[in-house]
Amino acid sequence: MRSLKIGVLALQGAAREHLFALQKCGAEAVLVKHGEQLTELDGLVLPGGESTTIGKLLTRYGLADPIRELAASGKALFGTCAGMILLARTITASEQFSLGLLDIEVTRNAFGRQRESFEAELVMPVLGEEPFCALFIRAPLVEKIGGKVQVLATYGGRVVAARQGKVLVTSFHPELTADLRLHRYFLSLALEAEKKAGGPFSFERYEGD
Amino acid sequence: MRSSGDGAERGSMMGKQGTFRLKAGLAEMQKGGVIMDVTTPEQARIAEEAGAVAVMALERVPADIRAAGGVARMADPEVILRIMDAVTIPVMAKARIGHFVEAQILQALGIDYIDESEVLTPADEDYHINKQEFTVPFVCGARNLGEALRRIGEGAAMIRTKGEPGTGNVVEAVRHMRIMQSELRKLLHTPDEELMTLAKLMGAPYELLKEIKNLGRLPVVNFAAGGIATPADAALMMQLGSDGIFVGSGIFKSKDPKARAKAVVEAALHYDDAQILAEVSKGLGEAMPGLEIASIRKEERMQERGW
Repeated sequence: MRSLKIGVLALQGAAREHLFALQKCGAEAVLVKHGEQLTELDGLVLPGGESTTIGKLLTRYGLADPIRELAASGKALFGTCAGMILLARTITASEQFSLGLLDIEVTRNAFGRQRESFEAELVMPVLGEEPFCALFIRAPLVEKIGGKVQVLATYGGRVVAARQGKVLVTSFHPELTADLRLHRYFLSLALEAEKKAGGPFSFERYEGD
Repeated sequence: MRSSGDGAERGSMMGKQGTFRLKAGLAEMQKGGVIMDVTTPEQARIAEEAGAVAVMALERVPADIRAAGGVARMADPEVILRIMDAVTIPVMAKARIGHFVEAQILQALGIDYIDESEVLTPADEDYHINKQEFTVPFVCGARNLGEALRRIGEGAAMIRTKGEPGTGNVVEAVRHMRIMQSELRKLLHTPDEELMTLAKLMGAPYELLKEIKNLGRLPVVNFAAGGIATPADAALMMQLGSDGIFVGSGIFKSKDPKARAKAVVEAALHYDDAQILAEVSKGLGEAMPGLEIASIRKEERMQERGW
């Protein structure tokens, strides 16, 4: 595998944890605070944090368009928790900013407040048979998905991990556990030559597998 | 002592809840961010709009608690609930040191983080809350590494400097952060056979010293708190190694809270970029009035509360 250069958006949140995970997978990883850093990357991770805070800082410091351009040039994006919210097309009942790079509608804090946060063993066929230990912290859920979105994991019949082309999202925090399989999966997407699936968005409610 | 009845590590349909990594994980998500004290839903919305990562729901900010004197207690649940309704970001609230029933009530309200805080009048002069019994995470103040590790040993999932709250004077927060960082550096270079003696001298759990030496850092995030009043104060604390910032009275006791809140958020992000710091520090109006620490009698210093 050639060494990929992956940025981790470091406006706020658990950027350092993603950085370490990517480095353990053999990628070159850098923290990104400025738009001009994005041009030299093979992919970008949007970490967990507070989506309202990161969204505001993204727009105040002019990072939204460079991220959209990165996606348009076929580079891979990986959003976890807040990162998933920021990549979504729509946020349920909210005016909050999002980049709209993935044809999903997400609901914030979908499981409740912190006391409802939980750990669960998730079956994710793309990662193999061994379940993935997922930490859901004030986590969002995928409410609706577009036709081109592939569901990667569900919990209680609801979508908690998905992918459209080279854009990957999870409700939970793979950056907080030692299991590197999702980061490796993301790097394999970054390596693929194919362009991100584009086209007009269409919505349908997710009804289960 | 009765157990909180809603202990940590509950199992349910939702999988495992209240585990330490879920508690510490929420604090990890707050890194690089600013947590602001608010007393009304309007202030909470101003804080959220400015980009705060959480708000601390209070009846009075520390400067007013200091001015009022008397016994300061947990806020009225109605005040807390109104603030929880007003914003989508996490809401924290304070319980008195050792007052585990106030903490039980805060957990029952659904608060996201409990601050066992020296800003309120301690309910117990010998013992802090057994924070391991709770599903909701706790943050606690500390002046040095030993104090931080005692709190983590009791179950705290986030640490902050004590500083001297309600003063608008950053000097104590700087002192506490420097002491913690310096003790941390010393610990990382301490040979294994000296760790037990160091644990004894620091009054800190031996197992935690070993864990920190292994990790190369604290096992939880460490924010700065107590006296931060300007964007430059926030950036100073970040350059000294803080993971994030609590601003108590500094926002809503200043002339222009909206502008100052936004500026402090941006200073916490671009803490190492003097050009941006100069830009965001412009035209914020007057900061909160400051207090000289020497003018506060020792027994009235909030940082002396707790052990």
